Amino acid sequence: MITATAPVIEEKNYLNAEHGLKSWLLTQDHKRIALLYLMAVSVFFIVGGFFAVLIRLELATPAGDLLDSNTYNKVFTMHGVVMIFFFLIPSIPAILGNFLLPLMIGAKDLAFPRINLLSWYVYMLAGILGTTVLLTGGVDTGWTFYTPLSSTYSNGYVVLTAMAAFVAGFSSILTGLNFIVTVHRMRAPGLTWFRLPLFVWAHYATSVVMILGTPVIAVTLFLLMLERGLHIGFFDPAYGGDPVLFQHLFWFYSHPAVYIMILPSMGVISEVVSTFCTKKPFGYTFIAFSSVAIAVFGFLVWGHHLFVSSQSAYAGMVFSILTYIVAIPSAIKVFNWSATMYKGQVRLETPMLYALGFIGLFTIGGLTGLFLAAMGLNVHVTDTYFVVAHFHYVMVGGGVMGYLAGLHHWWPKMFGRMYSRTWSMVAAGLVFIGFNLTFFPQFLLGYMGMPRRYHVYPPEFQVLNVLSSAGASILALGFLIPGIYLTWSLKYGAKAPANPWGGVTLEWQTSSPPPTSNFDVTPVITNEVYDYTNQEVPHIG
Amino acid sequence: MASHTSAIEGHGQHEGSHDPNLKHHFENAEQQKETATLGMWAFLLTELMFFGGLFLAYFVYRHWYPVAFIDASNKTDVLVGAINTTVLICSSLTMALGVHYASKGNRKLLVMFLVLTLLLGGIFLGVKGYEYHDKWVHHEIPGEHFECHGCRDAGHASLFFSLYFGMTGLHASHMIIGFGVLLVLIWQAWKGKFTAKWYTPIEIFGLYWHFVDIVWIFLFPLLYLIDRVGKPLL
Ligand SMILES: [Cu+2]
Repeated sequence: MITATAPVIEEKNYLNAEHGLKSWLLTQDHKRIALLYLMAVSVFFIVGGFFAVLIRLELATPAGDLLDSNTYNKVFTMHGVVMIFFFLIPSIPAILGNFLLPLMIGAKDLAFPRINLLSWYVYMLAGILGTTVLLTGGVDTGWTFYTPLSSTYSNGYVVLTAMAAFVAGFSSILTGLNFIVTVHRMRAPGLTWFRLPLFVWAHYATSVVMILGTPVIAVTLFLLMLERGLHIGFFDPAYGGDPVLFQHLFWFYSHPAVYIMILPSMGVISEVVSTFCTKKPFGYTFIAFSSVAIAVFGFLVWGHHLFVSSQSAYAGMVFSILTYIVAIPSAIKVFNWSATMYKGQVRLETPMLYALGFIGLFTIGGLTGLFLAAMGLNVHVTDTYFVVAHFHYVMVGGGVMGYLAGLHHWWPKMFGRMYSRTWSMVAAGLVFIGFNLTFFPQFLLGYMGMPRRYHVYPPEFQVLNVLSSAGASILALGFLIPGIYLTWSLKYGAKAPANPWGGVTLEWQTSSPPPTSNFDVTPVITNEVYDYTNQEVPHIG
Repeated sequence: MASHTSAIEGHGQHEGSHDPNLKHHFENAEQQKETATLGMWAFLLTELMFFGGLFLAYFVYRHWYPVAFIDASNKTDVLVGAINTTVLICSSLTMALGVHYASKGNRKLLVMFLVLTLLLGGIFLGVKGYEYHDKWVHHEIPGEHFECHGCRDAGHASLFFSLYFGMTGLHASHMIIGFGVLLVLIWQAWKGKFTAKWYTPIEIFGLYWHFVDIVWIFLFPLLYLIDRVGKPLL
């Protein structure tokens, strides 16, 4: 290591290339835009988390003593809306994807840098609309906006909330569009499709869902706004419409949206597992194509949300079978990650701990999804805490764990600093324990019949609810600690080398943090992907 | 570090830096053009799904309430609709000619055909406004004051008009956006920004404009032409 006797000349990188607020707000550099997203998305994560705290506090006792029922309705609605539209959907693609996609394919930037910046402003506009709703009294429809509750009976600001989700959708369409074109047109010489890192494959599949699914929710919310605001009816029976049509249109997007939240995480896990096992991922092509298969089949299963909504039994059977089928590509990934680790030298660094957590929790989330795909069992647990636990295992146990794995994996690359190894491992442990303690009891509660979205419950459910609330406080701590040591590392962390973990994808071959143009010379790829033959395993710690 | 890649010296240099239209992150003009074109096609896929939701709602309700849809549809002014369809098809022709003359580097004819496209688009929007006003006068806007005289299934006829306004409204909003972009393009073309070598904005705007026209080609029969055989036009 260099001792700090001589004055160190700071190398030019994307962070210190320009200074001042304007250089950030008008930047077209994908790396800087990723950081703009990181800040905004983190704020919304805190907001959504605040509502989660309120929910768990209320449910610590059987009586509705902290929040009245109307407020409780608003709190869980805002938790869902903020976490889904403002945190989970943009988190990995808009932050890590934005930062890494051009680096991983050896490009100087995304295909459309200005549209990339525009997508951030569109997201912020949606955020302002959403915040306005929060500050003026909220909305109580649930994040699902089901009609006719939303269009006729709700007391909240439905039109404004729908507008916020509508606008946020366009931000995600712009991101998806940019990624697809970038992967097609901006790859470095020699970088064929089957030399692309699996992270890129996952983001490509995600982007397909973004540009094909998001416009459908957009038009659905557009119709909802017309019905609520102008009484131009589409779904309310009072206007001759059918509320179930809303559910079909809503879930045509909102089921694939789950894959917008989980596919990028899967991409992260593929990279992390490969790097920390120093091994080419087992079954590279299978993992790559399973991302595409998930994106395609994900569009064909929305009816499993309508098993109790007057859908015919035959339609239900088809959707049930298709839902089983979509589990296959997810399982392929889990088996392939396990096979990659098998007989590999697994280095247990922080990103790998999160990756292991992801694999375990996502497996539980996925398998309980199969329970829910069974029509008979589904009727028993519809709208219970079983469903709540299931999708939190997928979206938090999968989505958020993957996000944290990725954030820890690429943090040294993004900021050129190392974070505390000890604290990050403690936090990863707390997140895993806290998460399971929060959500596993909810499977039991749901199976025993506790319905979701109520602020009171019979006293016999209290033990499990207290466990869940206790777990939530551990989980909150587990999310708080990374906030502290990651921020701390920006100023006090040790300087990160270009390749701290011994990764072999292109982003590790440029400096940390990278220069504005990503690579000093455009890389030309002559090797197969994930070739570890010449890669030394670095010593960390 | 360089074990996995080799590098060609100067490969990433701005070889075409004298070309003011080449952005720094592209290797050459061809890559830039292909990128922009693919971006527009991907965007049109998004648009297809955007309208798709409304088309789905239309087909479901028309399938369920055919009588209501026939009676409500027969209240539209098919002659005005047909004229507007012709206007829009002509605007597609002028747009295509605009792209053609852009590729020839003919600035005057490019501007002329873009202006013609703008005019035809304006006529379409004006006629649409006239039709909306007509619906307003006849209380055919869904809501509390909705009336459908002589409709056999008035309860569901309002669905037709909801879809009519939803679909034509969304289409018109695309026309208005196109109208705005056209104004900018005309100004840029007039200033001589486009050359035979570089006219990508004209070309990809052409794609957008044709797409919006094609949507109307589907809207016209679905909304105006249900069960018109043997009935008087007006
Ligand atoms: Cu689903």
